[in-house]
Amino acid sequence: MTTAITAPTLSGAPPASGIGGKLRWFISDTLTITRRNLLALTRIPEALFFSTVQPIMFVLLFRYVFGGAINTPGTDYVNYLMPGIFVQTVAFGAVSTSIGLAEDLQKGLIERFRALPMARSAVLTGRTTADLVRNVFVVIIMTAVGFAVGFRPTTGVLPYLGGILLILLFAYSLSWGFAVIGLSAANSETAQVMSFPLLFPLTFISSAFVPVDKMPSWLQGFATYQPVSVTVSACRALMIGGPTASWVIQSVAWTIGFLVILIPLAVHRYRTRT
Amino acid sequence: MPYAIEVEHIKKTFKGKREVRALDGVSFSVEEGTVFGLLGPNGSGKTTAVRILTTILQPDSGSARVLGHDVCKKAGLVRSLIGLAGQYAAVDENLTGRENLVMVGNLNHLNKAVVGGRAKDLLEQFNLADAGDRPLKTYSGGMRRRLDLAAALVARPTVLFLDEPTTGLDPQSRNDLWEVIESLVGGGTTVLLTTQYLEEADRLASTLAVLDHGHVIADGTPAEMKADLGATVLEVGLSNLEDARRTGAVLDTLGPHSPMVNGTVVEVTVDNGPQAAMLGLRALDREGIVPTAFTLREPSLDDVFLSLTGHSTVEEAHAQEDEGSSRRARRLRAAEEALPVATGELS
Repeated sequence: MTTAITAPTLSGAPPASGIGGKLRWFISDTLTITRRNLLALTRIPEALFFSTVQPIMFVLLFRYVFGGAINTPGTDYVNYLMPGIFVQTVAFGAVSTSIGLAEDLQKGLIERFRALPMARSAVLTGRTTADLVRNVFVVIIMTAVGFAVGFRPTTGVLPYLGGILLILLFAYSLSWGFAVIGLSAANSETAQVMSFPLLFPLTFISSAFVPVDKMPSWLQGFATYQPVSVTVSACRALMIGGPTASWVIQSVAWTIGFLVILIPLAVHRYRTRT
Repeated sequence: MPYAIEVEHIKKTFKGKREVRALDGVSFSVEEGTVFGLLGPNGSGKTTAVRILTTILQPDSGSARVLGHDVCKKAGLVRSLIGLAGQYAAVDENLTGRENLVMVGNLNHLNKAVVGGRAKDLLEQFNLADAGDRPLKTYSGGMRRRLDLAAALVARPTVLFLDEPTTGLDPQSRNDLWEVIESLVGGGTTVLLTTQYLEEADRLASTLAVLDHGHVIADGTPAEMKADLGATVLEVGLSNLEDARRTGAVLDTLGPHSPMVNGTVVEVTVDNGPQAAMLGLRALDREGIVPTAFTLREPSLDDVFLSLTGHSTVEEAHAQEDEGSSRRARRLRAAEEALPVATGELS
């Protein structure tokens, strides 16, 4: 503590000028924040649990416990289940976007970011990008687990990868919605509490785990056409066959719609949050 | 001498369930290369002033310049010239000390080759070299504050803002941090620091402003402030309220201000401690009053407040706790709980 502190003479780089300079800073700042969030992810045991162990438990639960009682005409339940559980898992994972942002706000980290000469929106893009990377990791694990419990896609590698891509894009758009929630919550607990009432109907009143036609008729409309179901149906068609185009278009439309509405909303929330 | 920081008639009101006027026409200026202390209890507006000067918040009216640049119109430029270390140790818990410093360096857009070396130097200078590759979860409160300060210095800022840098620290860590700040100032940095402790302001700052309810109620050098106040506080404890009342009357002419009678304790600020003690004891003896306690002590921030405003800092903190959002209020409360006798303990 007694060593002299170097005399400050040189400040940081001057602010970026021009579109090119600003874009370079935006990309570099996004990568910095993404890296930071991914590093943190590997060091929070709960986060690792939620992104790896929990999805595996869901697969095993539905495959071996509930699955026997669920009748899916025309296909094995495990083939029916896996696309659904993919979407359910990444949708649950999007909650971490809201919890992470709420925590950064709560701990005062965002205060520091705001006083740095960084691209302001990089806090949000870095967070959602990190969650996207985590989801890539999650779907790889789940693909492996799926195959281990008897999942056999019938359409080939390319449509399978197309389905995965669709899921990742959909999850990315959800992340922006949960970013809005995280930026509106007083703390991370509230963020979590605010997220689940939204998430449960979307993931469980859906075609993810059971065929919709066994539900009461008043529920079937919502359960068929809400965004999670549409994405599950598109994914199922891409992975195990069936009419594809209409579901894929609907899913992509939801994804684009979410992004168009939620990105500006999240950015606005971030700028005005004091 | 040019000014590093100029603040003119800044006003800021937080709207919400209850409107809080955090700053109500605040002006001050800080000369380059000096330490300026912004002194006041919780909720007086110190943090709001820092947040405006560091471009985090926009004022409702008035203007502020850092090194001549308007903090609203040239926010980007200002951010590249300043460093901020906060009361709430805004560092990432899940990263190591080194990773935190590298992250801040990258977000300052320093040359990638420079950042690693900068982080290493700072860890050494702040006595964190051994802990540099451990996650922050394992750090003590004092280590966290040092890292927070180091993070504020990564880009070698010309102007440094320290928002209650030592609140919640034990005396040893506080002393360590003071030494670091003094060493920095020796290097020519301009520092604005907020504090609740008169002792801290006295030790570090060359000029001070005292904030209360969003107003600057006094400013000057610490010496001027103390001279104004009386250098010493004479505290007399009595066995009953009647004796306390009589003591207040007896000691009325002892100092520049009238004594404060608070229950069975009488406090009077005096210029010459030993002489006042002697006179005071004689006067009490003449009246046949026997004190249960009789102490001379340095004035605390609470004394400054009592003499300037006639009210104590403690009630202040409670009345103003909900400044800003509920998140801030909770953090303020947490800080207060960590230091239950915050304003009185440095007597």
